[in-house]
Amino acid sequence: MNSVEIKNLDLSFGTVEVLSDLNLEIAEGEFLVLLGSSGCGKSTLLNCIAGLLDVTDGQIFINGNNVTWAEPSDRGIGMVFQSYALYPQMTVAGNLSFGLKNARMPKAEIANRVARAAEVLQIEPLLKRKPGALSGGQRQRVAIGRALVRDVDVFLFDEPLSNLDAKLRADLRVEIKRLHHRLKNTMIYVTHDQVEAMTLADRIAIMKDGAIQQLGSPDEIYNRPRNKYVADFIGSPAMNFLDGVIDGGQFRSGDMTLPMTGYQYQGAAPSGPAFMGVRPENVATGDVAAAMPVTSEVEVELFEPMGADTLVWTTLAGQPFHYRLDGQVKVTVGETMSIGFDPARASFFDKSTENRH
Amino acid sequence: MDDLTSSAALAGKPSNTDQMTGPRGPKPRRRFSRRNIFIYGTLIVVALYYALPLYVMIVTSLKGMPEIRLGNVFSPPVEITFQPWVKAWAEACTGLNCDGLSRGFWNSVRILIPSVALSIAIASVNGYALANWRFKGADTFFTILIVGAFIPYQVMIYPIVIILREIGLYGSLTGLVLVHSVFGMPILTLLFRNYFTSVPEELFKAARVDGAGFWGIYFRIMLPMSLPIFVVAMILQVTGIWNDFLFGVVYTRPDTYPMTVQLNNIVNSVQGVKEYNVNMAATILTGLVPLVIYFASGKLFVRGIAAGAVKG
Repeated sequence: MNSVEIKNLDLSFGTVEVLSDLNLEIAEGEFLVLLGSSGCGKSTLLNCIAGLLDVTDGQIFINGNNVTWAEPSDRGIGMVFQSYALYPQMTVAGNLSFGLKNARMPKAEIANRVARAAEVLQIEPLLKRKPGALSGGQRQRVAIGRALVRDVDVFLFDEPLSNLDAKLRADLRVEIKRLHHRLKNTMIYVTHDQVEAMTLADRIAIMKDGAIQQLGSPDEIYNRPRNKYVADFIGSPAMNFLDGVIDGGQFRSGDMTLPMTGYQYQGAAPSGPAFMGVRPENVATGDVAAAMPVTSEVEVELFEPMGADTLVWTTLAGQPFHYRLDGQVKVTVGETMSIGFDPARASFFDKSTENRH
Repeated sequence: MDDLTSSAALAGKPSNTDQMTGPRGPKPRRRFSRRNIFIYGTLIVVALYYALPLYVMIVTSLKGMPEIRLGNVFSPPVEITFQPWVKAWAEACTGLNCDGLSRGFWNSVRILIPSVALSIAIASVNGYALANWRFKGADTFFTILIVGAFIPYQVMIYPIVIILREIGLYGSLTGLVLVHSVFGMPILTLLFRNYFTSVPEELFKAARVDGAGFWGIYFRIMLPMSLPIFVVAMILQVTGIWNDFLFGVVYTRPDTYPMTVQLNNIVNSVQGVKEYNVNMAATILTGLVPLVIYFASGKLFVRGIAAGAVKG
């Protein structure tokens, strides 16, 4: 049985269609990340699942129950918000128990659950404090705790880490992952941060303009992006795109022609205008480059040292091209380097439809 | 100028390191700059402009009539007497009643408390519903309410007389309370709506996920967060209703006149000697309630007015 199931979901605000005919099935215990740039409808979808927005058409099932018309509190979900949304006038304990009191749960049971959630999230010393006296990281822990005490099957996270600074974000990210391993609940997590998506997700759904562009494991999304948008969105630094033509199993771009041997096509062998996408980290240099099916000599135009690695900007087949280099290698501007890559690990996209070949 | 010369001397002193020379630390400021003179000058003039009439009133109310007749308006009283205050409060005559302003005071209190409570209670729920529960037709409802705020009161006086007569409340305090509550509605609803709109939406969403309903969110989440705006609304209503003259004179009878109407009747009586000291005392007494409210809650008032700009 699927934990959450969305069938033919439509949502429009007046004449603006935010989500159209969206279908999604999320298995029990799965960690699904909805990833996309702002305005793609990912938060809207989450709000629909939570019941905070009325859908225009379609159905939502949670644990096999049709909850399309159910109140948020009756859906068996817990939600964590970006701005924490803690009740400012209540203590941490009050925040955690608010939902349980609304459900008229016996006092002993409330105390029990609050204590357990506080223990899991290590916020026991904070229980008597008010949210105003907590740091950002502590507040978000309490917000997670508020979802935790409800003892629900599905957790919804709406960009929970976006308000935190970089270091805390990394820490809490690991903690959320640990929490998922421990609780094994279904989690739906909205973010625009691809690192969060890649590290946390069992499956990622990449959204654009209210539609899911690709739904798959992080590995699949990263290595076999279904279209150019996904390929461009995932990966930092971004993928290189070379404009060219596919003709008889060869890709021609500018003065360069390279064989597409070993590349797995989605369908029949294509031909016509296309983009070739190469990830900067799939480009080899030095001795390894010589062994690659495609090699070239390029001149270093610019480089960006980032410590662990260095990003080098150059021109390949008359188009801008960048690749990743080990941070220990010394580079100078104007130097000539030999690079190589394997077209089998590249991605080819049709130029007009931008879909993967 | 002292600061300037001393710091200049300091800067001019030879020092053993180059880093010690040149400007350093806070920039010296002149106490009597042109800007300061302008600002403080204006403030003092304006303050005097407002404080002087009050001074004259207090001074006059403490003088006896012979002293007033000397005509020295600004001079302090030679012989302080509280008789005018006593007379204004308990003995001055309006029509047949000779029990002073006290009758009007208690009438006003009996009008004020239910009007303020009722209008704030209804308007806050209105504002909350408009801000957080986007029901169908909410915008139309809100527009009508706002337009209502711009219709001059005079236009509605007679229709309201008829309505009150028909429901049998004309001339009673209950009728006046009803009128005040209705007329406070547009501005108060707007006030509360704007305040509740500034409360982060996610807080409201979180409360819904936590299973709180319409009233649960209102009483448990919104109310405790909005003390400042309630104080603002209270101040607006207390001063507005206490100072009201028009509705008071139209919708009540002489024995239920509010304090303002009674004050007018005392001050404007054409018979007998004009007792300026009693008039002054009576006026100060009438203005005392809004004054006390302002002094007691001024800080919260400012906080409430500025609350829209501050993040919770």
